[in-house]
Amino acid sequence: MSYHFDFLAPFDYPAVLVKGVLVTIELIAIGGVLGVAVGIFGAWARTQGPRWLRPLVSAYVELIRNTPFLIQLFFIFFGLPGIGVQIGEMQAALLAMVINLGAYSCEIIRAGIAAVARGQIEAGLSLAMTRMQIFRHVILPPALQKIWPALSSQVVIVMLGSAVCSQIAVEELAYAANFIQGRNFRSFESYLLSTAIYLLLAIGLRQLLRLAGDRLFGRPAAKEAA
Amino acid sequence: MISFSVWDIVRNLLLALRWTVLLSLASFALGGLLGLIVLFMRTSKQAWLRRLTKMYIELFQGTPLLMQLFLAFFGLALFGLEVPAWLAAALALTCWSSAFLAEIWRGCVDAIPRGQWEASSCLAMSYLQQMRHVILPQALRIAIPPTVGFSVQIVKGTAVTSIIGFVELSKAGTMITNATFQPFTVYALVALMYFALCWPLSKYSQSLERKFNAANRH
Repeated sequence: MSYHFDFLAPFDYPAVLVKGVLVTIELIAIGGVLGVAVGIFGAWARTQGPRWLRPLVSAYVELIRNTPFLIQLFFIFFGLPGIGVQIGEMQAALLAMVINLGAYSCEIIRAGIAAVARGQIEAGLSLAMTRMQIFRHVILPPALQKIWPALSSQVVIVMLGSAVCSQIAVEELAYAANFIQGRNFRSFESYLLSTAIYLLLAIGLRQLLRLAGDRLFGRPAAKEAA
Repeated sequence: MISFSVWDIVRNLLLALRWTVLLSLASFALGGLLGLIVLFMRTSKQAWLRRLTKMYIELFQGTPLLMQLFLAFFGLALFGLEVPAWLAAALALTCWSSAFLAEIWRGCVDAIPRGQWEASSCLAMSYLQQMRHVILPQALRIAIPPTVGFSVQIVKGTAVTSIIGFVELSKAGTMITNATFQPFTVYALVALMYFALCWPLSKYSQSLERKFNAANRH
């Protein structure tokens, strides 16, 4: 084998690389928050919402969970302009991520809601709370606490999935890797480096979400152990 | 200009669907086999084996499948191997699914009460005997629903292989779009076909879960 590795080669275009990392972080920061918000709304709609809304939300969840993210992205970016809806690549990527994460987190949060004891809801009713107050103050916090680890994993999965957004020319990390290897022909090194960065981002995001969970709900693991 | 009817589009997509199915089956079978090996190492008594497989799983679960594909595609080529897209696709998907399956199955093995391990070790069974005769037969019951559920992830994962140029359903969709200028119809049909593959698997997994849960309810 005559190939000489040059692990510094991926740093030939530092600005592109830094921008890639920042755009990936931007995608998951906005997509993550909005996606979970959609998930909470969907879980509310499926458990407490008006009857007519429930089958619609179920259809949305089933459709999104059983089709690839890449196709959802292509449908939004290439398909919608076909019927006259123009949309920029960044907006398309964010929309696809929100729709995708929304469907998964809806299912996850719904499982948490199902696990909230009925007595809690009855207690809320006996305090003359409205349905909305009960959902916000009695049902949602313990539901989120229970499913926080699963929700965190799903957010990490969506962050990793955002790599395919490079295919519609969103200038995120995978795009940066493609760009760099297209310039210096060091494909292996630049993909290896970007993979390592993704791994660090995934580990960092997981830690961040764990800290956020601790802050929001106290330390559930420590409480249970005590 | 040649005009395409919807039927032309559907027919060509269905032809490409074969490759999605074939790649999914191969990745599931090979990934399952490799996953089983990883599982054995992950639950072994040797601490270094457990650490090694933990890293393996972290690595494949913590990086995008797309990057794994690129590395398989370009990495092997560095060693002078001619890597066709289908080989890189199968290789990356196998490793990726093995990491996830091993972790799913480890959860199932962990769910078996410790007493079962202790009892079988009292009978002087070796680790492999314990796994084969005591632990795995019980873990299998719990493992089936999530394993079927994960097969949906594999089918969806194959879509990403279109990016390295493997002509399966997604790639065919892109190619047909370029020829027909009907992205809305084509991608809707592509999504529908993935749905037709995945939805029955999801439903089956859910019904299995209900069935096994009912048996466990006291």
